[in-house]
Amino acid sequence: MTSRRARRRIETARRVLAHPGALASTLFLVLTVSLAFLAPWVLPIDPLHQELSASLEPPSAQYWFGADELGRDLLARVVYGARTSLVTAGGAVAIAALVGIPIGLVAGFFGGWRDAVLMRFIDVLLALPNILFAMALIAVLGRSQLAALVAVGITGVPSFARITRAQVLSLRQRDFVLAVEALGGSSSYTMFTTVLPNSLSPILVQVVVLSSVAILLEAALSFLGVGIPPPTPSWGDLLRTGKSFLYEAPTYAVLPGIALTLTILSLDTLGRTLAAVLEDRREVAAVPGREEGRT
Amino acid sequence: MAEPVLSVRGLDVAFTGSGRRVPAVRGIDFDVHPNEVLGIVGESGSGKSVTSLAIAGLLPATARVSGSIRLAGVDVATADRETLRRMRGNDVGMIFQDPTTTLNPVLQVGRQVIEGQVAHGRIAAGEAAMSRAVELLREVDIPDPAARAIQFPHQFSGGMRQRVVIAMAMAGKPRLIIADEPTTALDVTVQAQVLSVLARRQAETGAAVILITHDLGVIAEVAHRVAVMYGGRIVETGTVGEIFARPRHPYTIGLLRSLPRIDGAEERLVPISGQPPAPSAIPAGCAFHPRCPVGRDRPECATRMPELALDATGHGSACHFPGEARPARAEPVPRAAAPAAAAASQTTAAPLLRVEGLRVHFPIRAGILRRQVGTVRAVDGVDLELRAGETLGLVGESGCGKTTTARAIMGLVRATEGRVSFDGRDVTNLPRNEMRRVRRNMQYVFQDPYASLNPVRSVGDIVAEPMRIHGVFDEMGGERRVAELFELVGLSRTMMERFPSEFSGGQRQRIGIARALALQPRLLILDEPVAALDVSIQAQVINLLQDLQRELGLAYLFVAHDLSVVRHISDRVAVMYLGRIVEEGPKAELYGRPTHPYTRSLLSAVPVPDPATRATRRRIVLQGDIPSPARPPSGCAFHPRCFRASELCARERPAFAPRPGTALRGACHHPVQPGDVA
Repeated sequence: MTSRRARRRIETARRVLAHPGALASTLFLVLTVSLAFLAPWVLPIDPLHQELSASLEPPSAQYWFGADELGRDLLARVVYGARTSLVTAGGAVAIAALVGIPIGLVAGFFGGWRDAVLMRFIDVLLALPNILFAMALIAVLGRSQLAALVAVGITGVPSFARITRAQVLSLRQRDFVLAVEALGGSSSYTMFTTVLPNSLSPILVQVVVLSSVAILLEAALSFLGVGIPPPTPSWGDLLRTGKSFLYEAPTYAVLPGIALTLTILSLDTLGRTLAAVLEDRREVAAVPGREEGRT
Repeated sequence: MAEPVLSVRGLDVAFTGSGRRVPAVRGIDFDVHPNEVLGIVGESGSGKSVTSLAIAGLLPATARVSGSIRLAGVDVATADRETLRRMRGNDVGMIFQDPTTTLNPVLQVGRQVIEGQVAHGRIAAGEAAMSRAVELLREVDIPDPAARAIQFPHQFSGGMRQRVVIAMAMAGKPRLIIADEPTTALDVTVQAQVLSVLARRQAETGAAVILITHDLGVIAEVAHRVAVMYGGRIVETGTVGEIFARPRHPYTIGLLRSLPRIDGAEERLVPISGQPPAPSAIPAGCAFHPRCPVGRDRPECATRMPELALDATGHGSACHFPGEARPARAEPVPRAAAPAAAAASQTTAAPLLRVEGLRVHFPIRAGILRRQVGTVRAVDGVDLELRAGETLGLVGESGCGKTTTARAIMGLVRATEGRVSFDGRDVTNLPRNEMRRVRRNMQYVFQDPYASLNPVRSVGDIVAEPMRIHGVFDEMGGERRVAELFELVGLSRTMMERFPSEFSGGQRQRIGIARALALQPRLLILDEPVAALDVSIQAQVINLLQDLQRELGLAYLFVAHDLSVVRHISDRVAVMYLGRIVEEGPKAELYGRPTHPYTRSLLSAVPVPDPATRATRRRIVLQGDIPSPARPPSGCAFHPRCFRASELCARERPAFAPRPGTALRGACHHPVQPGDVA
């Protein structure tokens, strides 16, 4: 049974990668992620090591991306910055999914007062501008990577809750859900074994899309100086300090900017392709097998 | 003979969208003459709809068309856009299946009817156009056409919309009308109205009509000539009388035999084995040979494609061995145990299921405060009894509340009022955990086999699910029990690991039945279990249900709109109209001597697949449509459409009571007596 399921997943992945844009995006993301996490081994440069004599040095054989005002290696800072951004974004998406999906599931499945209460709560979250809300939360929690992660995560809760709820509402009326109820399945059984597995496709797409939003939001917070505290390198922080030296060392701000843009572009392309492929798979009816029935 | 309006030669259509070539129509020839109705009949995937779209030049860009289609002197296959546009406006009228989507919802019906004519500059917009529209609406029996012409499609019922579509198709006095499943979306009494309007308008205008349908009954009622399509080819063609009386192709013969007959005897259906091929996987040689009793093992049928050979009368079939297929109907198979047992228990045992005064009302809420502004009386006082081993058929048109009744019995919908007892125990609105235990004995099979199976689980898991839910999976034998169930419903146990999307409709319905049987229930509630299936597959599932009933002693509540199927499978039948049972009794008596005017008209409206009866049958065509259950008429709900209604019927609701001298029960102030003329 697992092998067939695995084959279906491989088939989906194959069809996503058949799009050149999605393939390029995936390659770029794989490269970024592996660089970010394998950095200590593949790039043995300390991003915090200062060499004041090399301050604002342009790209060279020693400093491929140049050096910052304190003579720190910018390549190392961009690569380690990717690590900060990806960890923060990943953690934020996990929080958003873990909080948002159950909210949407319960609201959509039971309806009634549970739906009203939960969705009004979501509406309130949605009404607050993301960045202001995150800043306020960080002001309360204190400036740290964990605070940034939680703040970004909470702003992602409404989208998961809404998407899950919409899925559940449309599934709720489907015959196969009714069939489980007719068999005597309990609410939690129906919810977790029947409704949730059928809602996963759009949720998966949302995970990819929200990752890019989270990376961007984290960068924005750091750019505004309320995100990840220095000296930990992060893309937003590199942009913030780099913008002061745009004339002296253009690569300082431009290279982290390109890394950020490419990452977000890749995630969006991947998300869009994934959505299209999953939608397509739903519609394509397999060629039926030969009926070997008694007649 | 006059020049044909349409002449199709060697038409071949293939779709190339998915990367490989999928043939839909594979070399067909036919003519349609003025004042003639050609019926094209076939199952899903036979290429009948693609043929009609090709004639109108409406195929999508991914279609590759070859061969010639000459319509009124124009070759459609090679014509440019402008010629095609003019041709569609002048020479062809189209009637599609679903009248709700054919009409533009934001355009007044009158303007819509005449839209094509105005667009082609044949009539100026304004006064003249509107009066022409009113005239067209009158010709299709729309009451009060002047007032109706300025209304919008949503103010029309389904049957009226389809008549508007007919008026639209006729507006330009086309020489050819293509009607693609024109009545499939309609109820049987409304279908009768629409077919009679279509036939009358055709006779009045002398247009040629191509009627495409899967329903042999409709063909027998309306068509003059018939073409039977299978696997993208015409396998048999001839006059309607010839096709039904002396079919030659094994497929046509099989199709006619697999059809439950409303006028027929009690014999077992003879389904065609296997299933229609998908256009992407058409067998080599004769496309029908894997399912054919004549050609199954013959190398010639598997390698060489037979040509359609016509005799002098224009009747012919595409078969290598046309003499060998036997048109005789099957031996009557005595239905042994079940009906006998049922008959025995009828007098002695207490009913397994008893429904008394069941009502299901849904509130209509409106406004910001969600105040209740009305009530939909979906089920409004239903009494039923069902004994062990017996089949009770519940028939009615759409919206009559039959599915809601079934779901309320199952506890899927809350009963507003009344009592449902199972095996002597009151099970009405039980709390969830107590209902669970009852559900081991009472199971439900859904209408749409495509929607009722969880798409992300393997079919083995789906069949095991009821046992897992009730915590008896290991106790009942685990995987072995699942394999047993697969074999019980005629599926191979090797299929257990596959997903629902890998199965055909008929196979999925078998899986649904296996799931319902997993807990060894005593009662199955079957909600339109064969309505979504092709005719030949339908017969397989019906036979399976009958075998299972005999082997396992099951009781069936069989909910359906198809009166022929219900007659075939049921011991007793209850007829529902607008939330109430209007008549109930043993099927022979109910079908043979119905006393309720609604039962009478319903039975007379069913198209009989026998053109010989066309001239002699008396048909009661009901006026109007089924009222909304939110605003049921006063008194007897049927009185506004009834041909026997009196002032009493509008005032007082008739009681549901036994009819003296018969085994029937009914609710009518003026029941039809056996001697009466309807």
